[in-house]
Amino acid sequence: MSKVHDVAVVGAGPAGLAAATTTTSMGLATVVIDDSPSPGGQIFRAITTTPLRRPEVLGRDYWRGADLVRPFRPCGAEYLPATTVWAVARRGDGAFDLGVSAGRPGARIGGFFAARTLIVAVGAIERPLPFPGWTLPGVMTAGAIQGLLKSSALVPSGSIVLAGAGPLLWLAAWQLTNAGVRVDRVLETIPRGRLAEAMRHAPGFMFSGYLARGLDLVRTVRRRVPVVEHVEALHASGEGRVRRLRFAVAGTWSEAPVDVLVLSHGVVPNIHLPAALGCDLAWNRERSAFQPVADAWGGTSVEGVFVAGDGAGIAGVDAAAARGRLAGLAVANALGRIDGARRDAEASKPRQALAHALRGRPFIDALYRPAEAFLRPDGETIVCRCEEVTAAAVRAAVRTGAVTVAEVKAATRCGMGPCQGRSCLHTLAELVAAERGVTPADVGVPSIRFPVRPVTLAEVASWPAHAVAGAREERDAGRP
Amino acid sequence: MFERLPDATTEPVAVTIDGAPFEARAGDSVAAALLAAGRLASRTTPASGAPRGPFCMMGVCFDCLVEIDGVPSQQGCTVAVAPGMRIVTQRGARAAEDPSS
Repeated sequence: MSKVHDVAVVGAGPAGLAAATTTTSMGLATVVIDDSPSPGGQIFRAITTTPLRRPEVLGRDYWRGADLVRPFRPCGAEYLPATTVWAVARRGDGAFDLGVSAGRPGARIGGFFAARTLIVAVGAIERPLPFPGWTLPGVMTAGAIQGLLKSSALVPSGSIVLAGAGPLLWLAAWQLTNAGVRVDRVLETIPRGRLAEAMRHAPGFMFSGYLARGLDLVRTVRRRVPVVEHVEALHASGEGRVRRLRFAVAGTWSEAPVDVLVLSHGVVPNIHLPAALGCDLAWNRERSAFQPVADAWGGTSVEGVFVAGDGAGIAGVDAAAARGRLAGLAVANALGRIDGARRDAEASKPRQALAHALRGRPFIDALYRPAEAFLRPDGETIVCRCEEVTAAAVRAAVRTGAVTVAEVKAATRCGMGPCQGRSCLHTLAELVAAERGVTPADVGVPSIRFPVRPVTLAEVASWPAHAVAGAREERDAGRP
Repeated sequence: MFERLPDATTEPVAVTIDGAPFEARAGDSVAAALLAAGRLASRTTPASGAPRGPFCMMGVCFDCLVEIDGVPSQQGCTVAVAPGMRIVTQRGARAAEDPSS
């Protein structure tokens, strides 16, 4: 409680590692707080601890993560792994108090870290792929399957089907088959004609690093696994766990047995922490996702709060590391450690890397834009996994007068379970917009408040008095 | 439904799952241990009693809630296994504790 760090970096993925390495190199007292037990984020999960012996299973792009972890380890940042940030409060002197918690169930310890600036590098979460039966045990995300492979050398067995769209779908299929897993099918949900639409962005893609890597990966998967294209509907069923998957192509349904169904529908920024901090959010139309509003350095609408990495807008691993460095430089400048000229000079390399990384994105965004049927589901498909609210219930609430996401939430409980709307927020916004005939930009950003993780009363009770007073002032000032 | 690759090298960690002994591995989360033990479903929901199991494995979805060492509704994917850990799958909502007991 005594020490005030210059900067707290939340997240130890590519952006957080690059940010912390940069700020410490500028002599800033840096603390890095991360949910995971080891550095790397989701993409480089368990890179320092994985039990996998054969490097070719996860591929060269995974092991490149070591280049980010290596300089981080000795950089001098205080590093708190397996630690959750559940609340942040602004102090009278403008610094931030971060409430953190760590430890075993039943013995969690709360604590506080004070920092003059924040770099929020909390990454992405997977976009939901809702359809009837997607809540059954045995249906899991591609990120989950990759995590099990990286951390535990666990692979699915039995009848395995992958479904969805996006680079992660192909990467997961490639890694599983590298590990010797037999995958029955890959069902791709890209609508017919989408490739032609995306082609206008092809020139940028051709000169990006994605083309060679991506094509090679997709070709390899196609050699190993039957791929069904233009899948327009999915329906999973089974007693107690998933057993069967029906899928439709051009109006014709087929059925396959399935023990583990792996879903991938791209990723969206993890916005809960910046949103609760009061950072303005905007709807990104190309990526069908909310993201924090940020300047070229990651500076948000809240002074002293910077965002970096996929949490600032989906752009992939190379962009994440570059934006982490830029945010680190911006913080060093904001705290008076370096002047603007030095900041700009140091920024030239990461800016180049960022520009290169972004070159292929418009093509990828256009090609993998989620299909209507899965972006805006219908009928009895569950939207909110926690409260089991269906698409029909959400749509009905809008028809009976709810106008904003917040109103639909109040009317249906959609987004009010323990995940705090992380799983359903984007689907909810899309559905409200569709029913009203507007875009998700027009339906209001849902209110997201601290605590951003469920905490025990004991942890709340440890919250310092000045933070409670701040919340009271906000309430009395009539702030929402 | 899940199997360990032969190149897995980590140390065994003895836990119990619903009272039965199970050998997890160092580096496993509780949710990973459940899947390794063949338990795709780890709880039923309070709302409808529907079965659920690990889904996102990164602390986002809260579907893998289990009781760990007597503490209910813990996110299995965010807790590392430890020797002697008692993992219990849970049904519906956590029971309210009786303050008089």
